[in-house]
Amino acid sequence: MTVGETVLEVEGLRVEFPTDDGIVRAVRGVSFGLGRGEVLGIVGESGSGKSVASLAVMGLLPGSARISGSVRFGDAELLGATDKALSQVRGRRISMIFQDPMTSLNPVYTIGYQIAEAIRAHHDVSKEAALEQAVELLDLVRIPNPRERLRSYPHELSGGMRQRVVIAIAMANRPDVIIADEPTTALDVTVQAQILEALDTAKRETGAAMVLITHDLGVIAGQADRVLVMYAGKLVEAGTADDIFYAPRMPYTLGLLGSLPRLDVKTERLTPIGGAPPSVVNMPPGCPFTPRCPLSQQVCEHEEPAAEPTTSPDHLAACHFSEQLEGREPGDLFGADWRDEAAAPAAERREDAR
Amino acid sequence: MTETASNPAPTRDSQGPVLSVRNLVKHFPVRAGGLLRRQVGEVHAVCDVSFDIGSHETLGLVGESGCGKTTTARVLMHLEPATSGQVVYDGTDLTRLSRTAMQQLRRELQIVFQDPFASLDPRLPVNEIVAEPLRIHGLYGADGRDQVRELLRIVGLKPEHGNRFPHEFSGGQRQRIGVARALALRPTMLVLDEPVSALDVSIQAGVLNLLDELQEQFGLSYLFVSHDLSVVRHVADRIAVMYLGRIVETGRADDLFAAPAHPYTQALISAIPLPDPRKERARQRITITGDVPNPADPPSGCRFRTRCPKFAEQLTEGQRRRCIDEIPELVDRGQGHPAACHYAEGAALL
Repeated sequence: MTVGETVLEVEGLRVEFPTDDGIVRAVRGVSFGLGRGEVLGIVGESGSGKSVASLAVMGLLPGSARISGSVRFGDAELLGATDKALSQVRGRRISMIFQDPMTSLNPVYTIGYQIAEAIRAHHDVSKEAALEQAVELLDLVRIPNPRERLRSYPHELSGGMRQRVVIAIAMANRPDVIIADEPTTALDVTVQAQILEALDTAKRETGAAMVLITHDLGVIAGQADRVLVMYAGKLVEAGTADDIFYAPRMPYTLGLLGSLPRLDVKTERLTPIGGAPPSVVNMPPGCPFTPRCPLSQQVCEHEEPAAEPTTSPDHLAACHFSEQLEGREPGDLFGADWRDEAAAPAAERREDAR
Repeated sequence: MTETASNPAPTRDSQGPVLSVRNLVKHFPVRAGGLLRRQVGEVHAVCDVSFDIGSHETLGLVGESGCGKTTTARVLMHLEPATSGQVVYDGTDLTRLSRTAMQQLRRELQIVFQDPFASLDPRLPVNEIVAEPLRIHGLYGADGRDQVRELLRIVGLKPEHGNRFPHEFSGGQRQRIGVARALALRPTMLVLDEPVSALDVSIQAGVLNLLDELQEQFGLSYLFVSHDLSVVRHVADRIAVMYLGRIVETGRADDLFAAPAHPYTQALISAIPLPDPRKERARQRITITGDVPNPADPPSGCRFRTRCPKFAEQLTEGQRRRCIDEIPELVDRGQGHPAACHYAEGAALL
């Protein structure tokens, strides 16, 4: 909720991939700012573009990707920056934590070497001093016997330990921004709790702002100050965690909340969102949520709504009828008409889109 | 019905259980890498597991990866031979059945697998996938086509799409195809092995609702295997929590969530983030450290003691001794439902 200085500013980010089937518009104009020390949660289901957006920010997309817009970090523009300029920022000022720690660690080097390497890439320190720092970092993320662990290889560690090593590497250079892309998705819940704690430590120790990308609304609820909801490559709602969870103004957000089974309340019936997300190849005009939206009217098919302020200037929603959502429950908006839900196979939807 | 005195209480269903599992054990050999593949140890995947499933009832079997929940489901379906123990269905012990006898019983006991991408034959059209069990059991007669169409309709798919291949369907739709195939033989019981884990939440909800309606419509019993406690709470009448091959706590879903008594269940419930920012920020967590021990060499006594916060912080030396020496029995120690902890104590966490 602290809107201080903005460390990272993303403006009109678009990412397209040319493929044989047509142009895949993975991210279609996403803008957000990240304040110093803030945790920004990005939620969305598979294919919503949340990971691609973060990879674009880090300049990690393949050459075939067509990226436009602007990503400003401090005074520097990151989009289109040379590799040399980017490597001054990447890993040092902005670091990234990926979903699968087995693929983000190098299997043939010890973890001590890998942490020290991250430090020595940006700082002129001796190997010994870097290893000494590595011990401290491992200790911070609560790896038992950190000194002995320096000589371990990634395969000798469990999934949770590996992810903690990745977090240690991410915090090694005291970055200003940490981007965590589904950092707990591959892990069991008890281990997830440990990792979330390690992320808290990383945030506290480095004072970094964090972009937390996940599909888990529970993780978002506990961690994020502000939340962005993505759907079909667009931001469909943005606001504080309380805005999003208690006063959603985009039918998709409300639908997501209604389809969640809850641990703390006994739900008799869930309210799924009918249909499936649209294909991002040759997307039809209008609001991408239209085919699944109970509020949709003709205007929704032609005109894609912009993200406009709703309950407060900072609570944005991209819906023509967002005011109709006031006080609505998922159950009365999304009827229990589950049979229609799966009616059209994916192939048919693609044909419709053409 | 074969039952021994020490077993947990049977279901409250007056008709008695549809399926009873008694002292089920499954060990997998660990072999050396050499030429002779000499056996060097055993993984104790499932250890003395007992439970009942009543008619129309859903038993949720939860636990983290490697706890033995999927192995339990597979042994129960006779997809893996049991090392010892019994699986009694309708008076017959499945673990002793021959392949052919088991095949007959498969009409009543069906399974839906986790991965809807791997469990459907990519070269068969959906109609054939759903018809296959009928053909195998010689039940695909003149009305076979209609039966298949009806099955597709029941699971919420359009019968016209039966000529399409699995790759043309989304994950949620494929899982529905898997359910239609499992229903083809009109079973009385379905084993659902992580049926919604691979699906996005908005799609998952539809499949969960479908399973709910099918249970109502066909009077099915479910064994619902999942790592997701929120999902299990939603679907299950009773829950069994597994840790490292053993059931550590079991009871009616509402009781178990109102007052979890085993430290592991407590840690599990407390580790799950709630999609409610105010509640979530106000919550205090019981965190457990470390990782699940190697199932080839489980700790003596209570298997959870190496990670147990109670063991580490609250128990006296003498009490700890008991955790190390004595395997805690799964009995009710006054919490209203059985928990396998010498020092079980109910706690309100939600």
